Amino acid sequence: MKDSIIRGIKFIGLGFLEPLIRLINKEEPKKNTKEVMRKIVAPIASVFIFIGLWQLGSSSLYNKEAAYKIEAATRNQGEEAAAKLKACMESGDSNCQPNTLPSPAQVYAAYQVLLEDHKQISADKKAFAEKTFEMNKKRVAQGKRAITYTGRPSFVDQIKTSLKTVFAGFLLALFIAVPIGIVLGLSKTLRGSINWIIQIFKPVSPVVWLLLVFMIVKTLTKNSDSDSSFIISFISVGLCSMWATLVNTAMGVSSVNTDYINVAKVLRLRPLQKIFKVILPASLPLIFTGLRITLSVAWMVLIAIELLAQSPGLGSFVWEEFQNGAMDSNSKIIVAMFVIGFIGFALDRIMLFIQNLVSFEKETI
Amino acid sequence: MAILELRNIYKTYNPTKEDKGEILDNINLSIEEGEFVAIVGFSGSGKTTLVNLINGLLKPTEGEVIFKGKPVEDTSHERGVIFQNYSLLPWLTVYQNIDMAIQEAFPKASKQEKDVRVKEHVEMVGLTHALNKYPKELSGGMRQRVSVARALSMNPEMIIMDEPLGALDALTRGNLQDEILKIWEVNKRTALLITNDVDEAMYMADRIIPLKPGPNATLGPEFKINIERPRNKTALNDNEEYKKTRLEIIEYLMDLGEQQAAKSTSSYELPDLQPKDFRWDAN
Repeated sequence: MKDSIIRGIKFIGLGFLEPLIRLINKEEPKKNTKEVMRKIVAPIASVFIFIGLWQLGSSSLYNKEAAYKIEAATRNQGEEAAAKLKACMESGDSNCQPNTLPSPAQVYAAYQVLLEDHKQISADKKAFAEKTFEMNKKRVAQGKRAITYTGRPSFVDQIKTSLKTVFAGFLLALFIAVPIGIVLGLSKTLRGSINWIIQIFKPVSPVVWLLLVFMIVKTLTKNSDSDSSFIISFISVGLCSMWATLVNTAMGVSSVNTDYINVAKVLRLRPLQKIFKVILPASLPLIFTGLRITLSVAWMVLIAIELLAQSPGLGSFVWEEFQNGAMDSNSKIIVAMFVIGFIGFALDRIMLFIQNLVSFEKETI
Repeated sequence: MAILELRNIYKTYNPTKEDKGEILDNINLSIEEGEFVAIVGFSGSGKTTLVNLINGLLKPTEGEVIFKGKPVEDTSHERGVIFQNYSLLPWLTVYQNIDMAIQEAFPKASKQEKDVRVKEHVEMVGLTHALNKYPKELSGGMRQRVSVARALSMNPEMIIMDEPLGALDALTRGNLQDEILKIWEVNKRTALLITNDVDEAMYMADRIIPLKPGPNATLGPEFKINIERPRNKTALNDNEEYKKTRLEIIEYLMDLGEQQAAKSTSSYELPDLQPKDFRWDAN
């Protein structure tokens, strides 16, 4: 029972809980207490220290900004206005708060606002769907287009859009980079002749990729009404992120252990058999390392690309909040930052999980 | 007629450079069908290069490797190879590892025939219980048995063993020697064993040929082992013939080793170092 639980949590990447489970089962208490301290208590403590430092930093920035505002008011509008402003700030009225790094509490509040907002919007959507259900049925029967909800997307909707974009971009990178990487890995001549393209395009900034893709897609989608901003952003994400997989696949395929290659030769495996039974399995660990880098790069550049391509998603959310300049905009941006971070982390874990599922070598980091 | 012939083999890895770094030079060898030949040599004397020339992984710079009257151009199913480091594919089970060889060697056989053949060979090396295990779950000896089964499953006319037992402990080694001999005696395939263990070579082979250490490794005079099979390890120790031949081989190899050592020391120049006293009271 206990062992199977431990195996289970290790499998899904939560191996750090192992000493806690062993401790609960009264197994080697001394050693496991130490392990719990090291693997669970210390990381949690570091989170609190981080929040504490953040609180200190934000309050000192707040004070600086407030002092500056009051001073400016004194200079421009006189003592009375300054006193009023100060009273307003102390009352906590959101209209006169200084605009600076938000504190953890403000960020948490913004998070709840966003959740409320999401509930509100999904309720609206549901109501809208119910209301238009009958009418849409008729419209479809008449061959007209159904009426869809066109209201503002909620924060959660933005996350979903972003995930969709990053997933499409990742798949594009996978289907371009892995086959090309295998071919490059197998042929020294090709590797040598294409190397310059890889070396030149690898360091190109996401922004430039976006512009390049924009130039091409704009022309290609001239006469169709498809969602070109989505197409542009996912293709850019794919192109930016595929290089790590391409390079790693080529390297993995070209550096397969000579013992395995000798076996393939001695058994006289046919070329396809050799690729699928020997070379690919042997280079899977490196291919997956590449895919993991690709996914994290894809998620990282996604924000910048959405921001520029005007395609909906977390990137445009962040940008709109920044432009918006409302009182809790800064807090919402920080919420988005954490959400981006957590999703990036989760995506990497999922990749690790898949890697352990298909690869003969187990990796733990 | 000899099944395998090496004619004036010369092998170097960088033929164009000044320092050629010759590996093998002037190798001549002829192995009869059904014979069990052992080549004994020091580590680093070019044994693996010789094996790779015979199995077709490498080509000689000069000279010819003739197998059944035809020059060896590439690897072949007729020559089964057992590698020193087992070379099993870690992502395949025992069954799959052997099945892969059979798929290639008998592409026309039915699925069932192939299945039977895999199981037959796994049983031959006594690993039926481990049929669906992965190599990492097996001990070194068991892995080498899988490797033996894989080589034999292709029904080769000759088995080439490159220090097959080199990485095993003494007890496992002894057992596997017996097993390989037993399998060999059933249908008397031609066998070539490369080893660094004189006793192993004497116990298993009909003929022993020492490989003089490289660079420019070449084969020494052969020693015939005229001891009846099946041989008994304990009885061998009292066999006069065995003792005599063993002494001859070992003396020959020791002489070679000494010559080698004498050659190599002359080129060192010792640095001019004087011991210094670092104790407290020295200053």
